[in-house]
Order: sequence, then structure tokens, then C-alpha cells
Amino acid sequence: MSSPFLSSPHTVATSQVPDERGRFGEFGRRFVPETLMHALEDLTAHYANVKQDAEFQMELSDLLREYVGRPNPLYFAERLTEHAGGAKIFLKREDLNHTGAHKINNALGQALLTMRMGKKRVIAETGAGQHGVATATACARFGLPCVVYMGEEDIRRQKLNVFNMKLMGAEVRPVTSGSRTLRDAINEAMRDWMSSVKETHYIIGSVVGPHPFPMMVRDFQSIIGLETRLQALEHTGSLPHEVIACVGGGSNSAGMFYPFVDDKNVVLTGVEPGGKGSAPGEHASTLVHGEKGVLHGSYSYVLQDSSGQTSDVHSISAGLDYPGVGPEHSYWKDTGRVNYVNCSDDEALEAFQLLARTEGILPALESSHAIAHGIKAAGKRSKDENVVICLSGRGDKDVYELARILRKDI
Amino acid sequence: MPYIAAGDPDLATTAEIIKELSSAGVDLIEVGFPYSDPIADGPVIQASYTRALDKGLKVEQIFETVQKLTTAEDSLPPLVAMVSFAIIFRVGPEAFIKKAEVAGFSGLIVPDLPGDEAEEFAALISGSSLDLVQLIAPTTPDHRVEKILNTASGFLYCISVAGITGARDELPPELNDQLRDLRSRTDLPLAVGFGISKPEQVDILRDVADGIIVGSAIVRHLENVTDDASKAMALKAIRQMADGLVAATHRS
Repeated sequence: MSSPFLSSPHTVATSQVPDERGRFGEFGRRFVPETLMHALEDLTAHYANVKQDAEFQMELSDLLREYVGRPNPLYFAERLTEHAGGAKIFLKREDLNHTGAHKINNALGQALLTMRMGKKRVIAETGAGQHGVATATACARFGLPCVVYMGEEDIRRQKLNVFNMKLMGAEVRPVTSGSRTLRDAINEAMRDWMSSVKETHYIIGSVVGPHPFPMMVRDFQSIIGLETRLQALEHTGSLPHEVIACVGGGSNSAGMFYPFVDDKNVVLTGVEPGGKGSAPGEHASTLVHGEKGVLHGSYSYVLQDSSGQTSDVHSISAGLDYPGVGPEHSYWKDTGRVNYVNCSDDEALEAFQLLARTEGILPALESSHAIAHGIKAAGKRSKDENVVICLSGRGDKDVYELARILRKDI
Repeated sequence: MPYIAAGDPDLATTAEIIKELSSAGVDLIEVGFPYSDPIADGPVIQASYTRALDKGLKVEQIFETVQKLTTAEDSLPPLVAMVSFAIIFRVGPEAFIKKAEVAGFSGLIVPDLPGDEAEEFAALISGSSLDLVQLIAPTTPDHRVEKILNTASGFLYCISVAGITGARDELPPELNDQLRDLRSRTDLPLAVGFGISKPEQVDILRDVADGIIVGSAIVRHLENVTDDASKAMALKAIRQMADGLVAATHRS
């Protein structure tokens, strides 16, 4: 049921998006209360400045090198490749970053920007807790007070990350409204921001929300794809044949895919959480099963009922448990530049254990979705081809949940 | 100008409240369309939305109830729908406008459709009998005010405080200056909302505003409605509150 309203023809995807109104093709824009509009205009202007500012970019790249430990390896997973029986599989090791996931790339960039804007306080939302930990870390590093909104259900699933955030001085505020997950945490963070916008910056954790967030978070995460390009050329002498990443809100995948968008020969595949099935409420596959709509300030694919109410979603992974997706992904879907598929809870669980046994690496449950599909995709390709999978985070945070599901005691 | 959420605790009660408010002599009634992710609303209104949605409320049913009411009653004040753009987009903007017209609404307030994004929708709505009420916040800078005034009709919804809906004890001192400035720039009536719950606050605003919007303070009375007795109590409390606010508005 797509309306001609808002629509514009999609032709071929380009990296020259969004436009000045925050549009990726027809998607994106700013559907937020007037109270936030001035702050978004202000943020857009400040971000345009630092994007061109050599000093800011130098400061950020120093931090990424000295504090985060970048560049992280593009690792040839030999035994996983043998298991898949096809193309060579390379893993982009975002799990080796300080704080254990790709989220720190964005959190540090936005924390630096917070200080440039002269704002004194930071708020953030978190699902699995990785973005919350990354933001708490960046705030501890720079001495900024930090409040993290987190759904009660996610607090239960991710106790370790909650404790870590508190250790670093962040206040974790439980969100008890709605589904008590990531979506409600974003609502609460937006509400806080409405009242505190003069002195507070909202470090959003994914490529979602109103312009300029989807663009800005993509840019800060693009270090993933930029490094991967160079490393693939070093290792194999060519760009990868296929690049695969998991998609919840879509930040690790946006950062991984964006530098490859204009390389038309590189196949890009996003893997969504298929949960327990394809019925509403059983999954969080926004691009595979959703329709166009408005959520959290932007126009994108969403999971909604026919009245426009946001659907309940399910994923075994708290970081992918989200009924929306970044507007640039919707643009990539409609232009056909990225292929979006999904994989189930069970397949992700299996991939988690398989990577542990074959490579001695515990992947995050989020990244396990990309691994699960990556094994299938590599298996269908010839041995002289190369596939890159984004290993967006490590799985230590998930072992309690995994033990509960597998009915093992720790 | 009272605000209520449709369908809390049910649509029959919504209709009764509208009649009650109408006979109290209010100037206009805002009817909120419950939405699952209302980022501009505080806990009281969000809880009211959740109560309505938990019972499976559909947009279509709100239109039906309002249409019945506007057909049967001829002395109702104008009814204005407060509705998220997420809902309007899903129903289809043209279809939504048509349904709202047929139901007898006088206008729409779309809190997540700021001036910049409102152009296409304002063009659509200008071909209908509905007004598109626009919001102005304390954080709205001068260059945005111009843009907003270009697409606004009906009245201007002036948000009193930077933040979400919900009763507050005090209103910011800058509010009067902002209202005076707006008065000099537009002929549209100025209505002030967010944070207002008491007749004393109405007293302060009487000379600078044309209307006062009270939401959470009214909706709160519906929190504990479980049976006919508690419903009758809630209706009585809402009526008393409306009477007090109407009297305060008309004092001079």
C-alpha cells in the first residue's frame, strides 16, 4: 500500500546522498516535533564544518588508532572457509575494537562533535548494550556526563553491559513503556532530548532517526568499509566479490557497504533477523517483510499494522530487535544496490557455535546472522572468489543468554 | 481548549466526554489519535494511548464515532484531530484528509510534521475544508517562524515549554515575549499548550493568547476508569475542570 505521496523515481544508487533535506532518494527527511528542528539544523551545520575540518578528522583518526586499536584485521578464516566449501571467507574484525564492537567508531565521532558544539551532557539509547557501552566509554574518556536509556527487557538480557556502563560512570535509565526494547529506548531518549536540547547532545547509535543522523552515523562507521577495501586489495589483489553484514537499524552494514556502493561489481548483502518465522511479531526483518512508513523521525521501511501502529518484533539478538531500519538501506533496497535476506534465530545460534569451534572466535549474536548467511553464500561461490563478512561485535555479552537457551549452567 | 485521546477507555466514553466538554462551553476540542510511538508526549498521554491501543482501537473506528457525533449534535465546538504523520502516511494522506472531512473534523494537528516537511501536505489540505494547525516551539528561531507561518492555517499552536506534554507548575517567563512577537506577525489566533493545568496559569496568559490547550490534566482523570461508577466520577471531574478553566478564560 504505497502512496504516491513523498515518492520520487529511483534509478541507480549513488554515494552522493542524502541531499540537503536529508533525502536518500525518497527516504529519510525529518518527521520530528518542531521543538527539535532547530537542534537538527544546528547539528547539520556543525557536522558539515567538522567533516571538512582537518584538525577534527586528525583528532578522530588518532583516537581510532591509539584508543580503539584500528585498523583491525581483515582475517582469512581458513577453517570456516573449508567448512563452507566455496569462496574464501574473510572476517572484518570489528569485534577486536576497544569495547568489542563497531559502535565505538560512531560514539567517539559524536562525542568529539558534542564538545565542538559546546554541549555539556550526552544521552543515548541502547538495545544490546554495545552502543550504550561505547557511548559510556567515550563520555568517560572526555569527562562528559552520560545517561543511557535501555529497555527493561534488554536490561535483563544484557546484564553484563549494564554493569559495564555503570562502572564507567554512566547512568542507565530503565525504560518500562511499550515493548521495553530498543524502540522504546529511542522514544525515551527523544523525549529527554526534547526537554534538554539546549545543553544536551543525543548520540544516536544507528543510521536511523531524522537527518543528519543517518548520514552522520554512516560516515563515522564508513571506516569499516574503507579499511576493508584497502585490506582486500592487499590480501587478494582485488575487491571482494561479495560483502555481507547484519542489519538491525543498520549501522555496521551502512559503514561497511557505503564505500563499495559505486563499485558495481561488488555484491552487497544485508542479513536481517528472521526470528522464529515470517508472521508479524515473530521477526524483525524490516526490509524483507516491511512496508514504507514513518518511524522515529524518518521515512523508511517499517514494520507496522494497517493503522500505522508499530508492530511488535522479535529477535534472539537484542541489537537487531527493531521494527525500523535506516533510510539509506531503504534506498539501497529500492534501487537494487543491496540485496536483503534474513536468517532465523536457530541459524544464528548455530553459526555462533560453529565460528567458536572452527575459528576460536565468539561472535555477537547480531554478527552471527551475517556469519550464518555468509557460510551459505560462500558455499555457492567458486574457490577463487572472496567473500567478506562483517564480524561487527564479540559474543562475550551473549554467553549468559546462550547458556539459558541451550539449557547449560555457567 | 481541552485535549482527549480517542478510545480511552472506549469510544463511547470519548463521545460522552466530548458532549460534556461541549456543554461546558469550551471553544474547541482536540481529539488525539492514539499512536504506539508518540515521542512528543509525556507519560500521562502515552499511557492513555496505550490503554486505547491495547483494546485494539482502529483509526476507522475513531472516524465513525466522530462522524456519528458531529451528525447528531449541532452545537459542538470545532473538533481538531491530533495525529502522527506515521498514521496519516499509512492511511494515505489524500484518503486521511477525505475521511477527516467526512467525519466532521475542522482541522488537523500533526505534531511530527514540522514546517519544512509540511509543504506537500499543506498543498493537499488546502484543497479541503480542513485547517492544518502548525506548532511553534520555544526553540523555534526567527527564520523558521516565517516558514511555519507560510503553511499554517486555523490557529497557531504555541508550545509553552521545550519538552513533552504534561502538567507543570510554572510557565517560562520568555513565553509572553514570544507570544507578543507572534501576535505582531500573524492574524491567526494563538493557542498555548503543553504544561498547562490550572486556572491561575490561564489568568497569566489571558491577555496574550486566544486559546489555552489543556491535555494531560484532563486525560489523567481517565487513568482509573474500570466500571460505570469510576467512569461517572471521571466524567464529573473532567466537567468540573472544564468549568473552572472556561470561567478563568472568560474572566476579565
